[in-house]
Amino acid sequence: MTGLSIRLPRAKKHRFQAVTAFVFLVFFSAVFIYTFLYLRHDPTLTDLDRRLLGMSLQHPFGTDQLGRDVMTRLLLGGQQTIGYSLLALIVALLIGVPFGLISGYQRGIVDRVFMRMGDAFLAFPDTIVAIVLSGLLGPGIGNLVLAIVMVKWVSYARLVRSTVLAESQKDYVLIARINGLSPRKIMRKHLLPHVVGHVLVLASLDLGKIILLISAFSYIGLGAQPPMPEWGAMLNEARPYFETRPELMIYPGLAIVSVVLLTNMLGDYFRDRFDVKKEERQ
Amino acid sequence: MLQIVTRKFFEVLFFVLFITFVSFLFVRLAPGDPVLTILNVDELSVSQEQVEALRDDMGFNKPLLVQYGLWLMNFIQFDFGLSYATGQPVLDMIIMGLPATIELAAGALFVMLLVSIPLGSLSALYRNSWIDQISRLLSILGAAIPSFWLGLILIDLFGVRLHLLPTMGRDGIISLVLPSLTLGLAISSVYVRLLRSSLLDSLSQEFIRASRARGLSESRIFFAHALRHSLPPVITVFGVSLGSLIGGVVVIEVLFAYPGIGKLVVDAIRQRDYPLIQGYILIMAIIVFIVNTCVDLSYRYLNPEMKLKERETK
Repeated sequence: MTGLSIRLPRAKKHRFQAVTAFVFLVFFSAVFIYTFLYLRHDPTLTDLDRRLLGMSLQHPFGTDQLGRDVMTRLLLGGQQTIGYSLLALIVALLIGVPFGLISGYQRGIVDRVFMRMGDAFLAFPDTIVAIVLSGLLGPGIGNLVLAIVMVKWVSYARLVRSTVLAESQKDYVLIARINGLSPRKIMRKHLLPHVVGHVLVLASLDLGKIILLISAFSYIGLGAQPPMPEWGAMLNEARPYFETRPELMIYPGLAIVSVVLLTNMLGDYFRDRFDVKKEERQ
Repeated sequence: MLQIVTRKFFEVLFFVLFITFVSFLFVRLAPGDPVLTILNVDELSVSQEQVEALRDDMGFNKPLLVQYGLWLMNFIQFDFGLSYATGQPVLDMIIMGLPATIELAAGALFVMLLVSIPLGSLSALYRNSWIDQISRLLSILGAAIPSFWLGLILIDLFGVRLHLLPTMGRDGIISLVLPSLTLGLAISSVYVRLLRSSLLDSLSQEFIRASRARGLSESRIFFAHALRHSLPPVITVFGVSLGSLIGGVVVIEVLFAYPGIGKLVVDAIRQRDYPLIQGYILIMAIIVFIVNTCVDLSYRYLNPEMKLKERETK
């Protein structure tokens, strides 16, 4: 009973956090999507007469070194940064989850080849693989997304595989097989639902990391290229002007921090909600 | 032990073969022609004959697999050729940059230890006190703050406004302060929490109570028993994340214009300097191999149970 009484407030606290985070994320996405439909300023239109302006009604966050509206660029930057991060994550999931399902359920040669490949990929740190791949493919946001997909799909496939391995030993899967269900159906109807929670946890915790990776790579010039309004790239472009206009450094940075903070909060909630290992431990 | 070393070796070998082959294909199929890249360095116009001659010279007219085989032979012999951008041997450039990177990584580790051991210990000893709350807040923020942005803030504060510390280049130990601080702070958020939970775990163990019963002083119990007992899990995680430290160095080096191999490779990527990139891959493979093997071996040293388990499963 004591365990329960300790756990309840914690779960509640996290649910509150999660709801807050969710609401904010939905709000941000709505704002980012809305920007797409209606832009007050051209995000890449340079206007040297209006450079480095302070706050005003027309430019709520001022203008940058090339006279572009900072607020427009921030909002569009959110689209870029979060959009590309989500794209990378979803593609990695679409490759990793089916692969893990097949590899874990069918075993055999596919599984063995995959395990070796996974070992090799996981031996290398994410950032190094991303650098190596974008090095070989050339700098650019598309290649960076490709690199992230190549790094991340392995860990999803691994996770799914290990869950499936454990799950397919259970009786209900055996019964399903005896009843003549096709492997495809077993995987989809019986195994996939068990996997979803774990994948959701890992994915939500990964999203923040991917956002950080994309913005960092864009900052060092290997991701989004100027004049594309990506948060990391914006910081890179504005760096010579920080001394006179520190806001140009503050806005994109705060934007990254707040979005990553929110996704991490959501990830923590999912982890508490779905983490089977933790429940067993308690 | 030999088994582990060979297994790690083959993992890394497989990765390198895979990535170099894919890269080889991409480089040859990529839109940017390396021959033109070399010839266009001085912005002079080149004739078609010159292009063809150089292409022949570099073996680009041979079949793809033969090219890869030839290139691989050189690669294994640490002969990466000359950098397209500077004309220097790639290996020399990497060896020049390596000590700077190692210094930076060591500096970051030092900062990490300096932050996480006291903060982790205090938040475990005074659980749920204000210091614990602050360290919790810092670690949540630390996980969300991009390291390069932290670096920018530190540069702005200590370099630009207070004129206290150099913000770029590598000129004595003083120029190491800001980069190490940035990277060290960025990685320490994980370890503060980890050390805290590990300490809480060992502080609740029987042997601590036994030490108290024996009348040992609190500080002695903490340093000689609890802290020592809490370190192995921290070291384990540290081993795993040593890789991300190697990766994190790259961004910080670019940020501080610090002449290590990370900045070298990013410049190479911008200039499409493929020999240098390929040299970097091999050096990284070697480093990752050494690090992974050491980590794996140290697990077994720290945790003898693993050896027993392996024997059982056989």
